Amino acid sequence: MNMNERFEAYIASDAKIEPKDWMPDAYRKTLIRQISQHAHSEVVGMLPEGNWVTRAPSLLRKSILLAKVQDEAGHGLYLYSACETLGVSRDDLIADLHSGKAKYSSIFNYPATSWADMGTVGWLVDGAAIMNQVPLCKTSYGPYARAMVRVCKEESFHQRQGFQILLALCNGTEAQKAMAQESLNRWWWPALMMFGPRDEDSQHTEESMRWRIKRFTNDELRQKFVDMTVPQAELLGLTIPDPDLKWNEERGHYDFGEIDWNEFHHVIRGNGPCNRERLEARRKAHEEGAWVRDAASAYAKKHARTDASSTHAA
Amino acid sequence: MSERSTWPLWEVFVRSRQGLSHRHVGSLHAPDAEMAIQNARDVYTRRQEGVSIWVLPASSITASSPADKDCLFEPANDKVYRHPTFYDLPDEVKNM
Ligand SMILES: [Fe+2]
Ligand SMILES: [Fe+2]
Repeated sequence: MNMNERFEAYIASDAKIEPKDWMPDAYRKTLIRQISQHAHSEVVGMLPEGNWVTRAPSLLRKSILLAKVQDEAGHGLYLYSACETLGVSRDDLIADLHSGKAKYSSIFNYPATSWADMGTVGWLVDGAAIMNQVPLCKTSYGPYARAMVRVCKEESFHQRQGFQILLALCNGTEAQKAMAQESLNRWWWPALMMFGPRDEDSQHTEESMRWRIKRFTNDELRQKFVDMTVPQAELLGLTIPDPDLKWNEERGHYDFGEIDWNEFHHVIRGNGPCNRERLEARRKAHEEGAWVRDAASAYAKKHARTDASSTHAA
Repeated sequence: MSERSTWPLWEVFVRSRQGLSHRHVGSLHAPDAEMAIQNARDVYTRRQEGVSIWVLPASSITASSPADKDCLFEPANDKVYRHPTFYDLPDEVKNM
């Protein structure tokens, strides 16, 4: 057996790969792409919600939203750290995000224009993320799997707080309920797009499944998501904006309409409603935070010097 | 421009409660140990996951090499007599 065959056999036995183990270049590259995209999504994902922190309708809602956004920052950090164990530097990863070279989830290129969006985002966007992420807790790369365990533990509060925002609106006035419905109308299809292209159009699926860095296909996860979400929408009394949506007794699943793939590719290529705004906000935050990082470095350097000289004196 | 790239990597260990040992939870970049503790507190203990934090520079860790796995850990394989189950004792022996 050569190295490659040994590696494939090892992974097939469901064993974990750790940072210093031998791995094929393609496995390393695919992981770097997948984990960094995931990290970028967590970080950019703070922006639509950050928009509502100062506009939340009560102090409690504001505290909850802040806690959620802070979690997403943490998720970004866990994932960047996992990615760095594969031999890339944090600075390079962030530079790739800011230059537009790296991708992040297309969902965050849609604007959050009403308070109800904070509910819908938690319910659908975090819900879809959970669906994608839970299987990754068992992914073949140890540091990635461990990061995902932490992430998933924290995600369920995100989805529940979102659903509860909608529940409150749906039990409120006509205007509040209309706000919730309008929000669902805008987010439903982009949420389904979060699972990526159809299986037959997805390039890396087969290899990624074999390497256990993907455990279900895009279409499998999308179906699971629809099946799980429809009864929740009914509970809220909201209508999912899809005339083709109906229960298929034979399949034991919901049938649903076709995603607008043109829109999907449009947003992926950088032409969604907020692509430019999101990247600008990221770059601005990075540049305007430079003095804080510089000050921390200067402080650390100065203290390292004083500590060293006092050691000499003693 | 920022000197961020020179910030060392710290490994973070958290004691989840008194009586348990510190356990590795992840890593982060920080300019010094004090900031590393601050950041570790914000990132890894937002939900009462710990009562004590250790941070240490990742560069100070010496790790065994995966290539040495066999010569380090294989020899224990044929020393089954190190396990209590190796000893077949009559059923009459109680509490052992
Ligand atoms: Fe997250
Ligand atoms: Fe989340």
